[in-house]
Amino acid sequence: MTAEFAGGQVAIELLYLIASVLFIFSLKWMSSPTTARHGIWAGEIGMVLAICGTLLHHGIVDYRLIGIALVLGTIIGVPLGNVAMTAVPQRTALSHAFGALCVTLVGSAEFYLRSPDISRFMMAVLSLEVILGGLTVTGSLMAAGKLQEILPQRPLTYKGQNLVNFALLAGAVVIAITLVRNPGAQSLFPFMILIALAFGVLLIIPIGGADMPTVISLLNGYAGLSAAAMGFVLGSKLLIIAGALDGSSGLILSIIMSKAMNRSFTNVLFGAFGQVQTAHAGGEEAKPIRSATPEEAAAILSAANRVIVVPGYGMAVAQAQHKVRELYDALTKRGVDVRFAIHPVAGRMPGHMNVLLAEADIPYDRLIEMDEINGDFPQTDVALVIGANDVTNPAARSDASSPIYGMPILDVDRSHTVMVIKRSMNPGFAGIDNPLYYLDNTLMLFGDAKAFVGGIVRELGGGHS
Amino acid sequence: MNSSSNLIDALFIFVLACFIGFEVIRRVSPLLHTPLMSLTNALDAIAVVGAIVLVGEHKSTLSAVFGFIAVVAATSNIVGGFFITDRMLKMFKSSRPASKPAANSVAK
Repeated sequence: MTAEFAGGQVAIELLYLIASVLFIFSLKWMSSPTTARHGIWAGEIGMVLAICGTLLHHGIVDYRLIGIALVLGTIIGVPLGNVAMTAVPQRTALSHAFGALCVTLVGSAEFYLRSPDISRFMMAVLSLEVILGGLTVTGSLMAAGKLQEILPQRPLTYKGQNLVNFALLAGAVVIAITLVRNPGAQSLFPFMILIALAFGVLLIIPIGGADMPTVISLLNGYAGLSAAAMGFVLGSKLLIIAGALDGSSGLILSIIMSKAMNRSFTNVLFGAFGQVQTAHAGGEEAKPIRSATPEEAAAILSAANRVIVVPGYGMAVAQAQHKVRELYDALTKRGVDVRFAIHPVAGRMPGHMNVLLAEADIPYDRLIEMDEINGDFPQTDVALVIGANDVTNPAARSDASSPIYGMPILDVDRSHTVMVIKRSMNPGFAGIDNPLYYLDNTLMLFGDAKAFVGGIVRELGGGHS
Repeated sequence: MNSSSNLIDALFIFVLACFIGFEVIRRVSPLLHTPLMSLTNALDAIAVVGAIVLVGEHKSTLSAVFGFIAVVAATSNIVGGFFITDRMLKMFKSSRPASKPAANSVAK
């Protein structure tokens, strides 16, 4: 290596170092909404520096093809960055698939370029990279399909499901071990990828909508770890750091989500989702419920001093967030203190409700986390539940036989009056009966969330302000 | 790159980066978990650097084709990821500066 090349190499590494620092700052600034947009700048500058540094790489002979690929990626990326806010969960799943696809393809290409001259450790990391990458590709595509409702959202379970999954995974590991011992066995490599791809599909089949926040976080973590593994294979410190940051982000979010659903993290890690969804079939006797009209609901709300709104996936499905904003305006104008209680797993991905409500221009300091707001329900006049079910189910606190027993919930039943907007008395997606609906202080508001909230707003005399 | 000391270096970097990641991301407000995910996704697409080298070096047809698809996939993540994160963060507004006059005008 000549001195000139070594100098160039040092320059590239320094650019990568700056990019790494910028990436860390980028995430650090995400700690608060006031600094978060600096974080994007830091990330973008780091990215541009890293790509420029890479283009200086002395081995590169073909710039034309790189240019075409960059332009093509940009053309695909712009519409993906421009999707409606309601489509953010499926967009996120799709981008996990793209990231993992990149990692898997690079890993495969590196294998065929280097085989059979690959050290044992390197082969092990490379196998990890393509197995994690492969299962993330198909798993994320499946998740995106379910979220986009192209695929059936109901969890599909069959006998021996876990056995089949573990057998597949074991098969992939056996091939990986064989390759570690004999990296020249090129014909085995495609089978390892195929198994990983099939495993990704089977992993998501038993997953229902309520588990999506955990699954998306987990796939995020897998995508990050596979990228870090790719960093080991390529000897790229920048990629190791970026992958480690993404991986730890995904794993932290998975832990938060699994805690919020009262699942052990290992349970989640091995994909044992969807098992709690056993319907709670007992207690079919008709219990008395009380219902109310929009007029009555409006009268109660305008007489209240403190209102807490509890949004859930139903609000997202009904696209009711803008009507909710009108309700917020109308009540705030009358001097009612309106806040929003956000359960960590409300919606289909971490933070889903916050984004939808922010889109509807509701100030973020009105969006309160579960732990902070739960103590306030006893002093609250009205808790208005819009399209949320399991996260408000008091059985999680009191009924040890309930499938969601132990799950942390929003204590809406402790407020003076609870109003629940719901389409009908059908139990929710998980098929778990909610005793909240039969409490003396609960009023059921039957109807479409958007139409019903619109009705209340009309009664309050506030149109769009 | 294949020597064991380099591997140990890489492991050090990985472990330390994981610690930084845990500490930094633990502090991210739950309010911003969705933009956090799209941001880390964009940052993760830094894998594009490996793909660019594959395409540029053009060592075999397979590596060039795989690399090409990988560059396209990663670039779309970079562009789309930063773009949507920015759109989301723009929406988060505090009530303090904007709606103060409205809050004061309430006669109650």
